[in-house]
Amino acid sequence: MSSPEPAAGVGAVGLGAANGHGGTAAAAPDPARPRGGGLASLLASETATLFRRWRTWAMLAALALIPILIAIAIRVAGPSSPGRGPAFLDQVAGNGLFVGVTALVVATPLFLPLTIAVVSGDTIAGEASLGTLRYLLIAPAGRLRLLSVKYVVAAVFCAAAALTVIVVGTLIGWVLFPIGPVTLLSGGEISVGEGLLRLLAIGAYVAVSMLGLSAIGLFASTLTVVPVGAMAATAILAVVAQIIGAIPQLEWTHPFLFTDRWFDFADLLRSPPSWESFGDNAMLQAAWIAVFGGLAAWRFATRDILS
Amino acid sequence: MSDLAIRTDGLTKRFRAQVAVDGIDLAVPRGSVFGFLGPNGSGKTTTIRMLLGLVGATAGTAQVLGTDMPKGLDDVLPRVGALVEGPAFAPFLSGAANLARFDAADRHAAPSTRARRVADALDRVGLSHAARKKAGAYSLGMKQRLGLANALLMPRDLLVLDEPTNGLDPQGTREVRSLIRSFAADGTTVFVSSHLLAEVEQLCTHVGVMSAGRLVAQGTLEEFHRSGESRVEVVTPDPEAALAVLSRLGLATDAAASVERAADATASGGSGDALVTAALPGDRNHALPDGPADDPALGPALGLRDGPAPVDRDPDGPAAEAIVAALVRDGVRVRGFAIRRTSLEQRFVELTGEGFDVVA
Repeated sequence: MSSPEPAAGVGAVGLGAANGHGGTAAAAPDPARPRGGGLASLLASETATLFRRWRTWAMLAALALIPILIAIAIRVAGPSSPGRGPAFLDQVAGNGLFVGVTALVVATPLFLPLTIAVVSGDTIAGEASLGTLRYLLIAPAGRLRLLSVKYVVAAVFCAAAALTVIVVGTLIGWVLFPIGPVTLLSGGEISVGEGLLRLLAIGAYVAVSMLGLSAIGLFASTLTVVPVGAMAATAILAVVAQIIGAIPQLEWTHPFLFTDRWFDFADLLRSPPSWESFGDNAMLQAAWIAVFGGLAAWRFATRDILS
Repeated sequence: MSDLAIRTDGLTKRFRAQVAVDGIDLAVPRGSVFGFLGPNGSGKTTTIRMLLGLVGATAGTAQVLGTDMPKGLDDVLPRVGALVEGPAFAPFLSGAANLARFDAADRHAAPSTRARRVADALDRVGLSHAARKKAGAYSLGMKQRLGLANALLMPRDLLVLDEPTNGLDPQGTREVRSLIRSFAADGTTVFVSSHLLAEVEQLCTHVGVMSAGRLVAQGTLEEFHRSGESRVEVVTPDPEAALAVLSRLGLATDAAASVERAADATASGGSGDALVTAALPGDRNHALPDGPADDPALGPALGLRDGPAPVDRDPDGPAAEAIVAALVRDGVRVRGFAIRRTSLEQRFVELTGEGFDVVA
């Protein structure tokens, strides 16, 4: 038998736990015990966690570079002729409000989905690889509650990404080019103020476009404890869907692709704005959210957490 | 309400072909400090993961704080603080922010008291000075303390601590030990897995031993010690007489081994003294559900036939002073006398086998 530890009291003092039972018991059940934080508390905490991450800001900064590059290039090298380069590019020199839209057109095929894949692929797999998933679950966060919160946080990033491109594009356009009433595709003209609102609507359209991909990323993230794997799989799917969308022989699949309506936001630049494509796109994304969100929930609800 | 903080019946976990946990029946009394022992890979952590609802059981049931798991997970887990397989934190957040984040995940934890509870928990583990430091920059010992602080964010009825002193320096180990004692003094049940046997011996009231997925022993620390063999050692120049007395007292004297050792002692000592050893009858079955039954002849034989006044009779056999008295009465020149109990480590190795042969 080893000798009894003589200094239990000394140890406690050394710990600075002079408050004896205090510590945790400080929150001991008192009659007016405050109520626990609900879903909003977890959502706020997880959103703050996303934006306290250096990586998140690096991706947003990279997205912001796109309109800046476009604006500077046109300012330096002069306006491009109509029909060449991405849509709206030829409009930029005449009206700085088009910088943001042009940048979204450039970012949507690859760069934007890439950042969405990083965030959505990291949702569960990232926590698993850090080991924090087990501590969130035994808190207890609740599996479906955590999964939904993680998805909403990924959706918040979609909005932040689209907004970043629009806002930075508008600002740099304002600085480098004349700003004026916007001539619409249908020939009419709207004021700068309404032009800005239309820009926000386009930002919203692009953000909604990314929700289906986010759901795919969420599902991929429940399949692995290696976040890079989930991110890569998600990004690859975004590219594959666009390739399939470009093959006429596979036209019957096109209406079902989550990428099918990614570029239909031009309808928002008609007079009056056509919200039909916005609604169609939202429906399409909702279907993908339902399918992949369901798969993610099914997978995550019963999965053994071994990380 | 059940008087067991943790109770499992035939709890089993199978990963494909491998049986990680094989039908264990744990019984952890409320208010105990339960040492959960076992070599690496014996199924300790998988058991803990099942108790906390992280891993689903293949068969059997588990009750934590009287509630079925994982069904009652949302009600039970807020009352359970846990450190599972090492601490884990978001490296890009500060220590305090990490705790606040886990606290926000607990829907029973009030946001209004969050900052204070985080500060208290950090204070309790001596990390207040590092609260604003990024967790990624913490040392191993600091991370371990932060993990403990996370378990202390709310008042808990049960603490499940998997290797809580891992990576801590001797001071940190002492502090954790006194911390665990203070929880126990508050009436919190502490379920602590460890392979540091000295640790367990100092802290725990109860012990369970895992080996290759099975719970090979479980009981109070006292029972556990008793289940091991205690040996009487007598240094005397009259080994034969001593042996005779000891065997008459019902002690297990293996003549061959004892005589041989006596011869060794004579040869080396040269003083004419011999070392006579005999096993005190223990009741192994007490703590060994699956253990081999003792020779039944040992049990009833213990006690003194013609001893003086009634002696303390405990399951360990005749009291030490009675043995010495009997030896002296029979003219044995007792020059040294000792009772050696099996250490927890010896018992552990007896139960789980030696060497690195982890059962896969």
